[in-house]
Amino acid sequence: MNAGSELLSVEHVSVSLSGRAVLRDVNFKLAPGELCALIGANGSGKTTLLKTILGLVRPQSGAVRMAGASGRVSGMGYVPQKISFDPNLPLRARDVVSLGFDGGRLGLPLPSRERRARVDQMLNAVGATGFAERRLGELSGGQQQRVLIAHALVRRPRLLLLDEPLASLDVRSVAEIVLLLRRLATEYETSVLLSAHDMNALLPVMDRIVYLANGSAVAGKPEEVVRTEVLSRLYGYHIDVVRVHGRVVVIAAEAPDEIHAAIARDPIHTAEVP
Amino acid sequence: MIGMHALLHVIFASGFLANRPVRAALAVGGGTAVVSAVVGVFTVMRGQSFAAHALGDVSSAGGSASYLLGVRPMVGFIGMGVLAAAGMEWADMQDARERDLATGVILGAGLALTALFLYLDTTSGSASGAAIAILFGSMFTLPATIVLPALAAGAVAVVTVGALYRPLLLSSLSAELAAAQGTRVRLVGLAHALALALAVSLSAMSVGAILSPALLIGPAATALRLVNRPGLAMALAALLGIAAVWGGILLAYDSYYWTPGHGWPVSFFIVSLIFLGYVVANVARSSRK
Repeated sequence: MNAGSELLSVEHVSVSLSGRAVLRDVNFKLAPGELCALIGANGSGKTTLLKTILGLVRPQSGAVRMAGASGRVSGMGYVPQKISFDPNLPLRARDVVSLGFDGGRLGLPLPSRERRARVDQMLNAVGATGFAERRLGELSGGQQQRVLIAHALVRRPRLLLLDEPLASLDVRSVAEIVLLLRRLATEYETSVLLSAHDMNALLPVMDRIVYLANGSAVAGKPEEVVRTEVLSRLYGYHIDVVRVHGRVVVIAAEAPDEIHAAIARDPIHTAEVP
Repeated sequence: MIGMHALLHVIFASGFLANRPVRAALAVGGGTAVVSAVVGVFTVMRGQSFAAHALGDVSSAGGSASYLLGVRPMVGFIGMGVLAAAGMEWADMQDARERDLATGVILGAGLALTALFLYLDTTSGSASGAAIAILFGSMFTLPATIVLPALAAGAVAVVTVGALYRPLLLSSLSAELAAAQGTRVRLVGLAHALALALAVSLSAMSVGAILSPALLIGPAATALRLVNRPGLAMALAALLGIAAVWGGILLAYDSYYWTPGHGWPVSFFIVSLIFLGYVVANVARSSRK
């Protein structure tokens, strides 16, 4: 990729948390307006990678570069992993989006026409106008996710990071949120990086995917990455990528525990398809 | 007209507003209610009412020590409260899961010190009323000279919460969201804990260390049941708190005439009114649904 065209570049990033290597030499780039999924099983390091990009986790080596970034977290919006909100928290959907606009500032929030307009516009953009006056804790999972996306986007970041935004949503909400993100990425020219453990709802609309396994990553277009030989190399043992009824299934030839035991006995052993 | 006058005379027993201790109690109590409302709404939203309770008990150690040292009880209450709040935040920084344990242990240590100091207070003989005053409050014995320093300490707490209003809301919503926006969540938490220590200390001086969380948590929790906005909740909690404190002072003053020779404790009336308000708000809310 030629210099200057990418918005985000993650370069040789390695992260250890309390002595355990979580990410090893992770590399990928993201262009402006691209929609990218970070795929991996639970515990594969997705959250750590997102937090490293945000600047909340410091890598042991390597670097994260945002084109034209200044300051610690400038230019990024973030939707964390499923938070359970107290239904008694006296914050309406509208207030949550307002806090995205200037929640870090000191002093009392004086009424501002600019804030009001931006919040209204953002609520509209994510389809949350209908429940803008209701408490966050009273909303459904899909509605909360829309509000949190508006919270993260209201300052017009160039990069939006979402940690498992589709987990614990019903099938219809998953489809709606994916299409919403696709539309927002195009409309606002914001790059979107979202993590997920199931890629099926995402593959048709993603420009790029980053596949994480055992702390290592491969990145590219979906059809370049989700292939038997690429993922087998990443996992370090044979896996099959199978397409059934338009769905992609990744199957390990043997249970991973047995393979790890085999590798420990014989370092050059490679599992074969039975 | 005469009937109205007679009624007022029954409610405001003779000399109520001209009485100097009553005036000091109204000023300190009213100020405490406002400070408690502003800080208390965040304390309830952050789920830290246990910390508030612990701070009340620990600050009583400072209050009881101040009788031995011959300094103002307010200095003791606030000093000990601030130390304990800083200790709790420090424990939280080491390991967030330890927070409740650390709070419990600090609470125990504070009560042990209170037991020791109150014992020494009573055996020294110079402050025989100290135990009741520290634990259950004695608004009518507040000296007039305490009014200004108490209101100043309260103002510090209110200004702190006002300055950090948005970062506090954001970190009460989610520490992760706040951190992602560049908010220094720990610093904001520490500032809230210090404001809480000030509010609890004032409250301890008014209604006593044991009952101080009632004044801090009660009106705030009641208001949060009724309204949808944090700012509105603070205003409502302040009104409820003032009504309870002033109502309690009035009833306690009047009670001298009910049972000749001795009145009833003012803290009893204040906390009863707060409790009543909370029950009424809950009933109102569930009947609305």
